[in-house]
Amino acid sequence: MNARNNILDKLRKSVAGSTPINDNYDISLVTKPWSYAPEERINRLRTLMEAVHTEIHITTQKNWPPLVEQLLHDKQIPSLLIAPNTPHGRQLEAYWNGKAELPSLKAYDRPIEQWKADLFNETPASLTGTLGAITATGSLVLWPDQHEPRLMSLVPPLHIALLHASKIEDNFYTFHEKYKWREGMPTNALLISGPSKTADIEQVLAYGAHGPKDLVVLIIKDA
Amino acid sequence: MTQMTRIPVLELPTPSFKTRARQALNDEQLRRNFRVAMDSLMTKRLAIMSDPDERERLREMGNHIRARALSKLPDLLEKLEANLTRNGIQVHWAETVDEANAIVQSIAEAHKAKHLIKGKSMVSEEMNMNHVLEKQGIECLESDMGEYIIQLAGQKPSHIIMPAIHMNAAQVASLFSDTLGTEYTTDVDELIQTGRHVLRQKFFEADIGISGVNFAVAETGTLLLVENEGNGRMSTSVPPVHIAVTGIEKVVENLRDVVPLLSLLTRSALGQPITTYVNMISSPRKSHELDGPQEVHLVLLDNGRSQAFADGELRQTLNCIRCGACMNHCPVYTRIGGHAYGTVYPGPIGKIISPHLLGLENTPDHPSASSLCGACGEVCPVKIPIPSVLRRLREENVKPPEATPHLLRGQGSKYSSRERLAWKSWRKLYTSPTLYKSFTYIATRLRNVTPRNVGPWSKHHAAPKPASRSLHELAREHLGEDKA
Repeated sequence: MNARNNILDKLRKSVAGSTPINDNYDISLVTKPWSYAPEERINRLRTLMEAVHTEIHITTQKNWPPLVEQLLHDKQIPSLLIAPNTPHGRQLEAYWNGKAELPSLKAYDRPIEQWKADLFNETPASLTGTLGAITATGSLVLWPDQHEPRLMSLVPPLHIALLHASKIEDNFYTFHEKYKWREGMPTNALLISGPSKTADIEQVLAYGAHGPKDLVVLIIKDA
Repeated sequence: MTQMTRIPVLELPTPSFKTRARQALNDEQLRRNFRVAMDSLMTKRLAIMSDPDERERLREMGNHIRARALSKLPDLLEKLEANLTRNGIQVHWAETVDEANAIVQSIAEAHKAKHLIKGKSMVSEEMNMNHVLEKQGIECLESDMGEYIIQLAGQKPSHIIMPAIHMNAAQVASLFSDTLGTEYTTDVDELIQTGRHVLRQKFFEADIGISGVNFAVAETGTLLLVENEGNGRMSTSVPPVHIAVTGIEKVVENLRDVVPLLSLLTRSALGQPITTYVNMISSPRKSHELDGPQEVHLVLLDNGRSQAFADGELRQTLNCIRCGACMNHCPVYTRIGGHAYGTVYPGPIGKIISPHLLGLENTPDHPSASSLCGACGEVCPVKIPIPSVLRRLREENVKPPEATPHLLRGQGSKYSSRERLAWKSWRKLYTSPTLYKSFTYIATRLRNVTPRNVGPWSKHHAAPKPASRSLHELAREHLGEDKA
């Protein structure tokens, strides 16, 4: 505790007698330049995310499971990791049920320690939901939880994310305000804006650094 | 290690900054690598901050948010600690890098950990963590591609955002084939896939993940990390224990404060609207959750920051959000690269933070290694007046060492009684019209016997020679005063 007290003592001595600066946060500065007409949102999100190699498909609540089937077929993916206790996990399982020769579905339903090698070596793809998205920066927002753990969107080389069009917000400020993040943050909250990438060698952009090599976003138009 | 010029970077102060700078200036490959990279980073930043009004107002806001956080730093640190602790994250404090390393080591020992995997952390570079732990038989492997490359090469980062920017693909190709035994290729995609392959296994095996922190949010007890590669998420999500190390200045008051700072950081650093990942960590794995570390620790390091904090002007150094824009725009950095500075933080920000971390006596040339062109101050997203802080450090560096108040470790390391006397005489001369008149009269009449060697200046220039008559004399003659 000595280090703590010494550091805090020094800092307190340095601010003694001074008045803390008031908060004059200008909300308009982080919202106004980043506001969009509702019909613009999907287009901008799409443009920004495609610019960083994200594959985007527009679909519907009913049609996304067959689209997943088609994508896995086209990409020759033998199995898909899903979160069985989520609405979308259940919907996909129901669609898969009884169909022959489909890629196998794997459930993330036990602690990582029990199947870490399998996740790292035998899990080529995953499907997760999202909390929503941010138009300004082209970002998906994920709040991983016990049903849909955080490694699902990180370790498998292909990540398929479902995004409801109605959950697309204009900017990070409005998003975090709407969901009252300051009142309680989850264990891990994420903004994901494309597949993993690096430009560490000669600034040449290369995708698939440590996280997913491919990110596919299925935007579900609710109407 | 073929084709690579090795500039010693580990220990200060040998050889001197000037020697290292000269070595770097003679390395054409190095200069080309930096020129190309910095030009591209400047172009990208400008393109994504193309609206000057928005940019300048946001910089103002960024400055205000950082200044506000620093104005209540001790309270915010306590609030951060309380909220992190409530969330289950263990907070440690370290005054020195030795204390910080001891904390990391003791956590490693408690878990019998032998393999650590690190995201990217400049504070861990301050701590020289990899080498310290290695001596204790603990492997600490870098996982950011650039950091991994330079760790393999036995080097240090030459840029805080792009650590291996001084190397080109051919150099990385040779390095990989020499050290990893892979086939020589200059295809960047293939090189990255080699790194991915090796490091995936390391993430899988690691006992502890290490990371830095971009912003620590006091309000919610959240550690926010930005990155593109996913190695930061891997390091903080896969191993059973996560240790974050950061400087005491990284705290911000409220969650909403990170909105503009994040935008300023990623746009200034890389010209990106946002990084691929923004990773916000607020607790270790909860009992019902299926992954994530069981333990999360935060080490708060002082290491000279409280010294900068004590002075109102120098405190602004701690506004820094480590975007690297100042180095990208610095004509000195672009020409000599990062290693020449011999410090963890190179470039303009390095010149104003390193004296606090290492003492002015160990960084005597740093405040002077600037043309004061002002580019760094103009692009800084949080408006640190780097040129004026540099001038201030120059002053502190020539003060008599015994002068009080003694604000800086190693102050007066360039103090010279001769130089002080020369400036005193100059002042006397230029504030006394009679003395000045006599001086110019003598200097112009004895112009042919002025010294030809006037120190370093005459190495590359002709020594200055007074004119035959002073400007005052010419002016008087012109105005006809002499005749009157």
